[in-house]
Amino acid sequence: MMRFYRALLRLYPSSFRSEYGEQLCEAFAMRRGDGNALVSGVAAIADVVPNAVAAHWDVFQQDLRYTTRGLRRSPGFAITAILVVALGVGANTAAFSVADFVLLRPLPFPQPDRLMMLWERIPGYQMELSPGNYADWKAQAKSFSVMGAYFSDAVNLTGSGEPQRIQAARVTWDLFPTLGAHAFAGRLFAASDTVAGQSLVISHDLWQTQFGGDTHVLGKTVRLDGSPYTIVGIMSQDFHFPNRDIGIWKTMQFTTEDLAPRNDNYIYVVGRLKTGVTIDAARAELSLIAKRLEERFPVENKNTGASITRLSDQLSDRARLLLLALCGASLCILLLACANLGNLMLARAAARERELAVRAALGAGRERIVRQIVTESILLSALGGIASVFVAIVAVPMLARLVPSTLPVADQPAVDPRVMVFAAALVLITGLAFSLAPAIRASNAPTLGGLRNDSRSGGGARQRVRSVLVMIEVMASVVLLISAGLLVRAMWRLQAIDPGFRVENVLTVTTALPWPKYDSPRARQPFYDKVLGDLKAMPGVQAAGYISFLPMVMRGGIWPVSVNAAQETRSEESTASLRFITPQFFSALQIPLRTGRRLEETDDNSRENVAVVSESFVKKYWPGETPIGKRFKFALRERTVVGVVGDIRVRGLEQTSEPQVYLPYKQVDSASLIGYVPKNLVIRSTLPTGTLLPALRRIVHDADATQPISNVRTMQEIIANETASRLAQLRVLAILALLALVLSAVGIHGLLSFTVSQRSREIGVRMALGAESSRVRRMVLREGLVLALAGIVPGAALAYAAGRGMQALLVGVNPGDALTFASAIGLCVVTTVFGCLRPATRASRVDPMSAIRAE
Amino acid sequence: MAPNDVDALLPLPPATFHILMAVTDEDRHGYAIIQDVQTRTGGELRLSAGTLYRSIQRMLEQGLIVEARKRPAPALDDERRRYYSITPFGTAVARAEMRRLTQLVRLARARGLTPEAT
Repeated sequence: MMRFYRALLRLYPSSFRSEYGEQLCEAFAMRRGDGNALVSGVAAIADVVPNAVAAHWDVFQQDLRYTTRGLRRSPGFAITAILVVALGVGANTAAFSVADFVLLRPLPFPQPDRLMMLWERIPGYQMELSPGNYADWKAQAKSFSVMGAYFSDAVNLTGSGEPQRIQAARVTWDLFPTLGAHAFAGRLFAASDTVAGQSLVISHDLWQTQFGGDTHVLGKTVRLDGSPYTIVGIMSQDFHFPNRDIGIWKTMQFTTEDLAPRNDNYIYVVGRLKTGVTIDAARAELSLIAKRLEERFPVENKNTGASITRLSDQLSDRARLLLLALCGASLCILLLACANLGNLMLARAAARERELAVRAALGAGRERIVRQIVTESILLSALGGIASVFVAIVAVPMLARLVPSTLPVADQPAVDPRVMVFAAALVLITGLAFSLAPAIRASNAPTLGGLRNDSRSGGGARQRVRSVLVMIEVMASVVLLISAGLLVRAMWRLQAIDPGFRVENVLTVTTALPWPKYDSPRARQPFYDKVLGDLKAMPGVQAAGYISFLPMVMRGGIWPVSVNAAQETRSEESTASLRFITPQFFSALQIPLRTGRRLEETDDNSRENVAVVSESFVKKYWPGETPIGKRFKFALRERTVVGVVGDIRVRGLEQTSEPQVYLPYKQVDSASLIGYVPKNLVIRSTLPTGTLLPALRRIVHDADATQPISNVRTMQEIIANETASRLAQLRVLAILALLALVLSAVGIHGLLSFTVSQRSREIGVRMALGAESSRVRRMVLREGLVLALAGIVPGAALAYAAGRGMQALLVGVNPGDALTFASAIGLCVVTTVFGCLRPATRASRVDPMSAIRAE
Repeated sequence: MAPNDVDALLPLPPATFHILMAVTDEDRHGYAIIQDVQTRTGGELRLSAGTLYRSIQRMLEQGLIVEARKRPAPALDDERRRYYSITPFGTAVARAEMRRLTQLVRLARARGLTPEAT
């Protein structure tokens, strides 16, 4: 029984137990006389458990009071430690919250891993399907339980206030069931909707902004591009497909005319794999179907295979890399924060060695000392943790730019508490490890040495640990500095790339002419004439022109080219981008004419089909020949080259673009080219946007009062958008790198100050023996530089590896770029010297007499 | 000792007051305190050992009691035992608590309240 009670007593804090344990046992023994074993056992438990908890709480409160007092006495230490924790934990929480949101989180659809994107594949290329091939794949494939198709579109919404340009998706009725989506109110499309083609599903967002969240909107008729549609459903708030800009879903239907051309690839296809069917099996089946189709349509489907990707993998490598680089950087910061904290704790332990020795000598048990240090670590981590929440909350929106807009998810990632807890735990463990180890060693051997004023016990080993920690700090900051430097160089290189046209003083807007109101060149002509004519008459406007799609905004619209009809092939090597333009377009963007003539108003359907091509087109098909008068088959017709212009970067600054072919706007005749009707207006003008835009609105209103204007942007904004996500990443990275630099300088400074104070006697002796103060200063400086160098060398190696890892982001900048390495290392050395200055000066001012007298 | 020090401890937890009473007339060890409280209250209050020693620990820190240096004759003594005696501060606090309670009772009386139902 007594053994049981003694075991029970272990619940008390050991300080309490050692003080009162024996007496508690005595009291228990005496009382036990008046009851049986079971009763006294239960009574003992009922007594010990609550009292033990209360005793622990008492001790904790006491420690907390003591710790708070201690931290208030050294606010520098406390603030640095809290900031380090806040920064390390906050930065990691932010980076990994965003990365998890983009890279890992499953898409918000049921069984998202069974959702696949289907593509046509020609050698080296993967592209959308043609309706004809889609219909055959859907009919023949057995691997998918359901399959649906869509393509993005935009419509003019009238009949509910101002005319509005709304991003829309045309979908087959079975796309929603494929995704497993549900309506928030009303219903989804049924097969019957496809036939009538007049039903509409709207997004929750549009419902709120355009229709005021009124449920009576169901069944209401609105006009899209002039035709009546009935709203049958509202999607739920978290449904975004194919991306978060979509406000309206319309049905699409394929006429026999749509199904005929198998080279017109524009629809995206999503399939849901049957349970038990693997991706490989599905891929094999589709390849087989594609092979059969190739046999049936040997010309159009030549070399056309099939490929499958997961819906969740619709993410460019670049977006992925940008995020991963950021995660790497924040890990560097976490490492640095841990090293810094470890260093702080070790320094504090050294400073408190005497105090601990005194307490141990006065009989404080090891447990009390350990408990107190744990309390301090917990308090610091908790305060740092609270501060880190603010860091994360500020940082996450800064990083939100890195969420690609092409993902079918809501736009704002939230701070992920799991990541935060993980990072905080890591920091706490680090803090504990580096404060407990020396404390335990000190309390284990309460030697007289510890009590002596001139104690240097344990100094050597600890200094080595601290040196390694400082080395790690320098290493992490070098990696960050070099990586940030490489990305800055890449950014400069990108910004220096010539897009092929003059960016300044260009305003762009979209006036998408609705169909069927404007379904023929003749119907469209008055609108173009009026708008372009009025603009040209405006003082301050130098040129204005229309084009099918703006460069860098729309990167697709790529068609196969055949120069020699006998060997028509479809492959990456022979494609070009197709754009219809009005004559002044080239002057509006100042794309230089190399030879021949521009397109003219006279190039209409009564004349032969003409084309202006870019220089790279000529270089590819007729190298060394005169291109004017050459003929080639492109976009369903035979075209004759009448002029050559400079190349522009259709696919943006970072990608190589296909050669460009420009066709006159009056020759958009085929119904299957209806998507290419010029709708983007490009105006070169010295007028400020604030003056130009109202005038432009008036002009468009005069031409057609129901025609909305959308996407008002300057060409400069479009170019800036090219680098926007990089800029966001770079900003964060640069901040992290600078912080890292400061932190490591603080680390070096702290360590050297410590060694100098530890070695003041040695320095005193040296000076007494004739060493000059400048020599002492050099000695300390050298020590600091050796420390920095020990971090710089592995840091540079790691940075090179990191640079190779993100080579795709570097736009050709060498990951071993000498200038970047030199400047980063130089910066690091300069910072180190700064960190050394004070300790070095202090060392050189050591008074030999007083230093030796202490001996 | 400043009066605020005394006032800061009021009102005393009942266990603390009882322990102070137990060591007022003579130094007692822990178990003796338990027994004394039990006898004085006619068995109504039985302090558990845990509560007693946690109270003692706090009272030592607060300076209400100290460990006694004088010990009983070796024949009567058990060397594990520790004896506690009240400090002048402890006496002052006990008095202050008494005053507080007396005042309270007087106030209740003035309102015509009596312990027995009338």
